[in-house]
Amino acid sequence: MADDDAQTRPVPYRGGGFSARPMRSVGVLTFAALVAVWELGSRYGYISNLVLPAPSEVIEAFRDLWVSGTLWEHLGASLYRLVTGWSLGTIAGIAVGFAIGLFRPVRASAGPLVAAIFPIPKIALLPLFIIWFGIGEASKVGLILFGTFFPTVIATYGGVDNVDRTLVRMGQSFGLSRWEIARKILFPGALPAILSGMRITAAIAIILIVAAELIAAQRGIGAYIQMAGSLFATDQLIAGVLVLSALGLTVSALIGALELWLLRWRA
Amino acid sequence: MQLKLSGVGKSYGGLPVLSDISLDIASGEILCLVGPSGCGKSTLLRMIGGLELPDEGEILQVGAPPEGSLNPLTFIFQDFALLPWRSVAGNVSLALESHRAISRAERAAIIADVLSRTKLGDFANAWPKQLSGGMKQRVAIARALAVRPAVFLMDEPLSALDAQTRDILMDDLIELWSRERFTAVYVTHNLQEAVRLGHRIAILSRRPGKIRRIIGIDTPIGARTHQDPELLAIQEELWGLMREEAEAADKELTHG
Repeated sequence: MADDDAQTRPVPYRGGGFSARPMRSVGVLTFAALVAVWELGSRYGYISNLVLPAPSEVIEAFRDLWVSGTLWEHLGASLYRLVTGWSLGTIAGIAVGFAIGLFRPVRASAGPLVAAIFPIPKIALLPLFIIWFGIGEASKVGLILFGTFFPTVIATYGGVDNVDRTLVRMGQSFGLSRWEIARKILFPGALPAILSGMRITAAIAIILIVAAELIAAQRGIGAYIQMAGSLFATDQLIAGVLVLSALGLTVSALIGALELWLLRWRA
Repeated sequence: MQLKLSGVGKSYGGLPVLSDISLDIASGEILCLVGPSGCGKSTLLRMIGGLELPDEGEILQVGAPPEGSLNPLTFIFQDFALLPWRSVAGNVSLALESHRAISRAERAAIIADVLSRTKLGDFANAWPKQLSGGMKQRVAIARALAVRPAVFLMDEPLSALDAQTRDILMDDLIELWSRERFTAVYVTHNLQEAVRLGHRIAILSRRPGKIRRIIGIDTPIGARTHQDPELLAIQEELWGLMREEAEAADKELTHG
């Protein structure tokens, strides 16, 4: 083999890469760099203040919002509508989705109905809801309820359908009643799907509430943004958008924590 | 309690899967059902356990189940069928919870007892996901023991395990049977398992499954070893009977 020395070399490495490991610091740096460029651009006049206010001005506007208490007034109104509408829609959606998953007649009757109403952009129904429920809270809560109900129904019965049937058969083989199988096997088995449905409906609820408030509301983050826009107060406008971003992140973190706790058996 | 099958047949959508199966399963006996894949042996087991209805014939349980048996016909499944969101103790508990007569304290005592009998005492709070295949099947066996069955219905209980684990669990099953003398119907496609564990071995033919032959083994289960020439001869004989069927089954297209 000594003759082959010229041909002897380490096996070329061609693995590695394609890793999903987080690089947290890079994310923070990117964000900081972007804000810095934006701030400098505004200060030196490359970015017109009318188009896009400097980050420092946005922070100032946000501080005003916070200190004056307007933030809590608007955020409170939005949160009330979100929490009420989303909770009612989710509870009703899980109940109906579960009924579809369990009973074939319910599936046969409600299934096509859900499939037909699901793709309607729910915001298109706001005028109708205002006619039905008036300009007050009921029309907005109702819109969110309606908007979160259908995706929850679909996620829930999809989850029930996907529960391993051998587990159901196991339950039957130990003499569990239908109700016990539903409660102890199908519901926990469908929970991961229900929770990912919640993630989606929470995002839908935020979109719907802001859209509804942009169109018809005196209070709420959407109304605040709408007001700032009509006054060309872009610093306030962006501050409002930042509140929405924070709201979305908080909701998603809460659902993440709920998942981590309820689905700890998956870890 | 004994089981009596007479003229049992089953078809799916006009395709006969099993036909004219007649069997008697005596108390304390382990009957192995072997056959090529798709011969309907798992379907037969599900019918014996009341999870499916036969289209023809009848399946009878003769005599009362022993006193205190909570679930006379109890399954052990190939893929363990553990609830992933329940701990080891929780999975055993599931089988007991529906029996109102058992108090919380009694339930805890039964769970502790069956877990120690299956060498799982230290793992009561583990999640199924943390367990090896062999341990998972032990949990399923513990769960089955908890309801004090008259008949164990085992559907390829060792098939999802690697060879070493299978041997270890096989020894455990033999030890368990020597102590408890339970009745069992044991479905497998592994002939080595069948000759180690069966008092009688029923060979099913390919679709529609019919009983081709029933072979009895006299050597006591506790005295059987891997190298026993008599058992090897029986295994060889079984293979001779099954080979053609298995080859033909292999070439068959699956329906549906």
